[in-house]
Amino acid sequence: MIREHEDIVIQTVCRFFIPFMQAYGLYVLAHGHGSPGGGFQGGCILAASFILMTISYDLKEVKRRFSEKLNVLFCSLGVFIYAGTGLVCLLLGGNFLNYGKLSKILPTDPVMARYYGMAAIETGVQITVMAIMVSIFLNLVTAGKHEETVEEEDAGDNSK
Amino acid sequence: MSTLTVIFMVAGLFFFTTATIGFLRFPDFYTRMHATAKGDTLGTLLFLIGLAVYILHHGFHWLDLVQSIKLIFIAVFWFLASPTATHALLRSAFESDLAPWTKDGKAVIEWPPKGGEK
Repeated sequence: MIREHEDIVIQTVCRFFIPFMQAYGLYVLAHGHGSPGGGFQGGCILAASFILMTISYDLKEVKRRFSEKLNVLFCSLGVFIYAGTGLVCLLLGGNFLNYGKLSKILPTDPVMARYYGMAAIETGVQITVMAIMVSIFLNLVTAGKHEETVEEEDAGDNSK
Repeated sequence: MSTLTVIFMVAGLFFFTTATIGFLRFPDFYTRMHATAKGDTLGTLLFLIGLAVYILHHGFHWLDLVQSIKLIFIAVFWFLASPTATHALLRSAFESDLAPWTKDGKAVIEWPPKGGEK
């Protein structure tokens, strides 16, 4: 007995929840320096909001908001930010990911440059983790097809 | 403030205890979910309110207030999410034709229900 959509209670509450989950994911990222949290955890929370959207709405809605193209783009963008920050440090004469050297191009002292460098790579990590998590989930639930074929088979079985 | 905290905590503990007793004693899925969902929701709510009050108990500082407000946020979200999760579970059980328990084993209503959703 597969319905076309989840019922109204679940949809309404999820609609209310998803923006707060995404805001909380960014909060976890922003507070990753001084408290538990960081890029990976924030990215997982952001991905969880998309998974909740898949559960409460359907796959089409998620793919309309976060298409495969955007997904692949975000995967590479996060890695690009991470590696790019490291390579900028390399070009400025330090080791890979030696954020202190960023003070040469940022208007701050080396201590704050480390802080900003760390924030930059955490942002990269978050973007990649979110995209990869959503991608893994979509591949698992649709058996790699990215289409809702499984539900139709179930509906066919129940109609017998 | 401490007295208020203790009152909230003990009330929360009472509801947790009733939820657990309900979970252990009730006969089938629907009744057990009923007991645990209600008891856990209210118990957690009271616990979090108790903690939010406890944070403010030694003097008043705006950092404490921020922490307290965060706890209240958790309470509000819990209060919305927990009944919804219970609703989803019970609804899927209902739609998989799980018959409710009755004392004499006879169905109170025609089961599985006809004329519902497809």
